[in-house]
Amino acid sequence: MNRSKNIGVTMSAAALVVILAACGQGASDTPVESAAPSAPETVSMTANAITGGKNAAEADWFTDWVKPQFEAAMKADGRDVTVVFEPQGVDDENYKTKIALDLQSGGGADIIGMDGIWVGEFAQAGYIEPLSDVAGSVVDEWDGWPQISEAVQNALSFEGERYGVPQGADGRVLYYNKALFAQAGLPENWNPTSWADVLDASRALKAIDGVVPIQLNAGTAMGEATTMQGVLPLLVGTGVELWKDGKWLGGTKELGEVLGLYRTIYVDEMLGDPIMQQEAAGRDNSFAQFAAGKIGILLEGDYFWRSVINPAEGVGNAPMADRDTNVGYALIPAMKPGAGVNGQDFVSMSGGTGRVLNPNSKNPELAWELLAFMNSADAFRSRVAGTISITPREDVNAEVLKGDAMLTFVSEEILPITAYRPGLAAYPEVSLALQEATVAVVAGEPVDQVLESYSKAVADIVGAENVDNG
Amino acid sequence: MSVAMSSARVRRTPSRVDDIAGLGRVGAGLFMAPALALIGVFLIFPALWTIYLGMTNYRLTGLAAADPDFVGLDNYTQVLGDSSFWWSLRLTLVFVVLSGILGQMMLGFSIAWALRHLKGLAKSLTETLVLAAWVVPGSVGSFLWLALLDRRGGTLNVLLDSPGTAWLINYPMASIIIFNIWVGTAFSMLLFSSALASVPPSQMEGAEMVGATAWQQLRDVVIPNIKGHILTNTLLITLWTFNTFTPYLLTAGGPNGQSEILAVYIYRTAIPGGQLGKGAAISLIMLLINLVIALGYIHLARGKKKRA
Repeated sequence: MNRSKNIGVTMSAAALVVILAACGQGASDTPVESAAPSAPETVSMTANAITGGKNAAEADWFTDWVKPQFEAAMKADGRDVTVVFEPQGVDDENYKTKIALDLQSGGGADIIGMDGIWVGEFAQAGYIEPLSDVAGSVVDEWDGWPQISEAVQNALSFEGERYGVPQGADGRVLYYNKALFAQAGLPENWNPTSWADVLDASRALKAIDGVVPIQLNAGTAMGEATTMQGVLPLLVGTGVELWKDGKWLGGTKELGEVLGLYRTIYVDEMLGDPIMQQEAAGRDNSFAQFAAGKIGILLEGDYFWRSVINPAEGVGNAPMADRDTNVGYALIPAMKPGAGVNGQDFVSMSGGTGRVLNPNSKNPELAWELLAFMNSADAFRSRVAGTISITPREDVNAEVLKGDAMLTFVSEEILPITAYRPGLAAYPEVSLALQEATVAVVAGEPVDQVLESYSKAVADIVGAENVDNG
Repeated sequence: MSVAMSSARVRRTPSRVDDIAGLGRVGAGLFMAPALALIGVFLIFPALWTIYLGMTNYRLTGLAAADPDFVGLDNYTQVLGDSSFWWSLRLTLVFVVLSGILGQMMLGFSIAWALRHLKGLAKSLTETLVLAAWVVPGSVGSFLWLALLDRRGGTLNVLLDSPGTAWLINYPMASIIIFNIWVGTAFSMLLFSSALASVPPSQMEGAEMVGATAWQQLRDVVIPNIKGHILTNTLLITLWTFNTFTPYLLTAGGPNGQSEILAVYIYRTAIPGGQLGKGAAISLIMLLINLVIALGYIHLARGKKKRA
């Protein structure tokens, strides 16, 4: 053996050792169960909320109230707990992708905020598990459940099991700008009773220069907002639901009416801005434009009132100082009086967000303790102190909703007439097919043709035998 | 002296003819092992895994995420029969030809050519400006372009006095092509600057003496001298442009798929669309296209060497 060969062997052996050592270190980095009660513990939570941006009130509440209060309460029990908030401030679709990837790779925060409509597909993927499977029987004994109605609990349930704690209920209305209405000679207290009334008001608003008369969410860029604040509230106004008696809605006459309204607004009469719904940040732009007094009518949820145009400091991301005097809200009318689902004159759609426990959590008991703490009556009182929203708890609602006319309106007028999305795993794909149908209509494709490709798309997703083509 | 001696000694031993480093088979193997292991873990395994995933109906969420089924070549027949795939491939070709080959190469060469006699401050200033676009991180660069092209109050609309023009919506492909030229020109400029420096001055002077015009000098002296550089640059730029994802930050593939180049198409199918299996199938198709491009260039380069 000559010398250079020796050196070569030694060096490659050394390189191997370094690599193996690095691997070994990674492998030995497994969690060590902490036995001592005073050992420091960490519990984390993530939500699509960030201070100074999206859902700022929730983020502020978490860092300013939940974190210190929960840490203090734990300290009183002799536990050294640190609460970590992992904020996000992105589009809902991106947030959903992020948490799906987190959960798929076995990571993620201990408590995860999510839209109730995602629960089914996440549960089927095995990413989340029923609360009592993650944290044990203590979940079912929680004293908060009797305060949350069955309908609200259902928003975070799947196949009869509770997967998360709901955050509240919501509803959708037609917002309108009273100053623009006055300018167009429209009444300050506007109560449209049919789609024709809404179109008439939009035509009147069109006379004002530089104003988009009505913005109705459309297109795939807006994601679920298109379905929830566009297609579905209109669809229930024609008397049908997306999923009924085991069948999904196909390219029926009713869907044709809905798409026809899109066509009237965006193509035939140019009452809406067809570009805005294609922009990557179209929904945020529609918020900003409404807040700037450039949009006459906007179909949105109470979220828009609470978290977008809310003038309170640091709460809304498109605050309107004159929200309370200048923004009106009206029930969404059915196509014609009495034509809505169940023969209703007015319709709406509701969803619900909530928080689930991460099955990968290293300390699920502590995570549940935090989750229960966040859903206590005190926590909700603090949560709604700055910005009132409809909480899931009946005891808190009874105290706080009196303070906000808009949310009382939602709670009393809308929740009784509202409809919910089907919590099935196929829903997100059907929802995407509906969004694509609106894209095609706004791009000028004839409604009949769009209906045909939509029924084909739905049949591809759920199987032709599960589609009702009317 | 000692180098010559040792190489002479090596040559004397017939079994050592190829073993210039003198490591022996085992030693050389051990030397290569870490690199091969890394390549195996981070390149070959993922590639094989992609082939496997591409033959399942694996999804990001839902039942197929927990328990994917083997579907054979279904994904491939679906993708190849899908007009949106071909649409995306066509957009990608347009994007590569216009922004990569024509845009970055031509502009990079022109700048290098124009700067070749320039010295001092003017030269470093120009180079710095071009390089800045390349050095700035993609997210920052895209943000600057979003501000430039914004529909409401964007810089371009203020400059052109064209309020309300939605550049990214009305001209999505043109926007990302110009953006990509802006990003990538620096590389071609640098490569061609050094290539031009390698052209023997005597040949240039000779050409000038016999009265060759600038175009003739370019055609008959410069280009034959830097052919190899041009080929390498075209290969690298084609592959980079073909695979780039940064335009997603500007248009997100929109509106309505009008700027959905292949990398963006895969992302939208696999991640927000949740169809990981189908996304893997398209990725493999993309990988094959990459291989074909690379092999084509290698073939060209070999042919050039043989002729030379």
